[in-house]
Amino acid sequence: MSHSAPNAVSRGPREWSAEQNAEIVAILARYPTKKAAIMPVLWMAQDAWEWIDLDIMRLIARTLDLPPSHVHAVASFYTMFKKAPTHRYHIQICHTLSCALVGAEKIVAHIERRLECDEHGNSKDGLFTLLRVECLASCGSAPMAQINEHFYERLTPEVVDQVIDALRAGTKLQEPRPEADQWIFPVS
Amino acid sequence: MDFPRILTGNWEVPDVHRIAVARTRGTYSRLPKALGMAPSEITALVKDSGLRGRGGAGFPTGVKWGFVPPAEKRGGKAVYLLCNADESEPGTFKDRYLMWCDPHLLIEGMIIASRALDCHLGYIYIRGEFRYIARRLDEALAEAYAAGLLGKNIQGSGHHFDLYVHVGAGAYICGEETALISSLEGERGQPKLKPPFPAVEGAWRSPTIVNNVETLAVVPWLIENGAAAYKAIGTEKSPGTKLFSVSGHVRRPGVYEVPLGIPMTQFIEEQCGGLLPGRTLKAVIPGGSSVPVMTPDEVAKCSMDYESISQNAGSYLGSGGFIVMDDTTDLVEALTNLLRFYAHESCGQCTPCREGCGWMYQILCRVRDGDANVQDLATLRDLADNIHSKTICFFGASAAMPVQSFLTKFRSEFLDRVQGRGAGAA
Repeated sequence: MSHSAPNAVSRGPREWSAEQNAEIVAILARYPTKKAAIMPVLWMAQDAWEWIDLDIMRLIARTLDLPPSHVHAVASFYTMFKKAPTHRYHIQICHTLSCALVGAEKIVAHIERRLECDEHGNSKDGLFTLLRVECLASCGSAPMAQINEHFYERLTPEVVDQVIDALRAGTKLQEPRPEADQWIFPVS
Repeated sequence: MDFPRILTGNWEVPDVHRIAVARTRGTYSRLPKALGMAPSEITALVKDSGLRGRGGAGFPTGVKWGFVPPAEKRGGKAVYLLCNADESEPGTFKDRYLMWCDPHLLIEGMIIASRALDCHLGYIYIRGEFRYIARRLDEALAEAYAAGLLGKNIQGSGHHFDLYVHVGAGAYICGEETALISSLEGERGQPKLKPPFPAVEGAWRSPTIVNNVETLAVVPWLIENGAAAYKAIGTEKSPGTKLFSVSGHVRRPGVYEVPLGIPMTQFIEEQCGGLLPGRTLKAVIPGGSSVPVMTPDEVAKCSMDYESISQNAGSYLGSGGFIVMDDTTDLVEALTNLLRFYAHESCGQCTPCREGCGWMYQILCRVRDGDANVQDLATLRDLADNIHSKTICFFGASAAMPVQSFLTKFRSEFLDRVQGRGAGAA
């Protein structure tokens, strides 16, 4: 549960594009009520506009015939709906038990040092935002982090350096699960 | 030793997430038979198989299905089938691989379940961090629709079933079935009081069945092979195979499918490859972070099934999230880590849980840092006892059980710490 208040920064009122309106029609067709469309529509808005500000919440409320307070209640409950902007690469590093048992804290410290993060986790170079998160269901291949949607598993300081260097050099993020055909992870 | 692979049999098959490949492996071949059966026959088969819910509670699946009121008592209400793919219990990661490797097996299982439940609309509720898997599921669903396996009049049976993916957005509590329903309905993901149970009054106040990914993926095999064949695997009360997610201090962490009932030490040695060289076992959490911890003595006595773990260790098989800790582990640190998780994830609805989880975490931080006394341990225990069973959902108990079990079974580690002699002391 997120206790953080939405960021008060305003980017101005929004309207849906024709494509977004069509997508909303398709979403609504999947549910018995309009209210149930709130999470898919929040995702759609976040994909388009990076984070959810109060104007977007008002737009969603109008679209789905809901009180703005309800949209706010839902958006603020779920941690993945961003209430503030993050940098281009959002590094969510797991620090729950299974990752902690195999050195997650060392990896966090290494990333913090390497990126020179401020107290909000934003890197000095303006490319990364680091956030500690709870279990991402990748415990067998711990320690791990999710960068945007992509899982990076069995992290070592060397692997972290390679990933950061590659992203800084403009390399595209690799496939979501690098070890897609592996579910057993022998320790060398 | 070779074990039957009911759930993982296709995982090594390249591109089995595409329907054409899945079909060469027999996926969807059980549908004609299932769609030709009466719904009550399918439910009876699942009941007879003894299949128990694989999400954590271990409740018999067929019995749960049987709770849905018959059509004449539903007052025209729809029945909904929800697949719980919110997989968030720390230490659990089996469903991620099942959905990624073999999405069509899950879809086939859901189609058969929908037939049994006279259900025409279902959702796969998947956690937000798995959006890349949600896309793969969406592709698989599109393939199934194009093949006439979803939608109207499936394979000429007259049965229709629509199935969609619903993506969560980062809330552990949404794996609790009534919270999952709240979330699907477009609310904050907060649990509801039971009764009424979802099977009677769930999503949109209609009868709703919520089943775990792994549970639903077993169903096609049951149709093909029958209940007796399933009961022939595992133990009498814990039939079948189960996926275990192994993490922590073993040589081969990962996902393993084994028959229920194999000895736990054998599982650690053979499947998990044993401990790292030179290490000894200190503790095991056998079923996801919420279940009581086990000592090495208990591990030696237990087998991998619901009854043995409950009777010999007072713990639970849970989701099969098997976390191994060796002698290098600081158990005070480990419990503190877990309570940070519960303090962060409490939905905030019930006072004992909302306030108590944060309070327990704060005390544990002080114990860890050598800044607590014996009375603090008593307060910690008292808090746990007063959270357990005093909240709307099972989350409160899930936070209390690790505290109660760590304090009881590894008391000396905590006493050492409050007396300033522990690993964290200067």
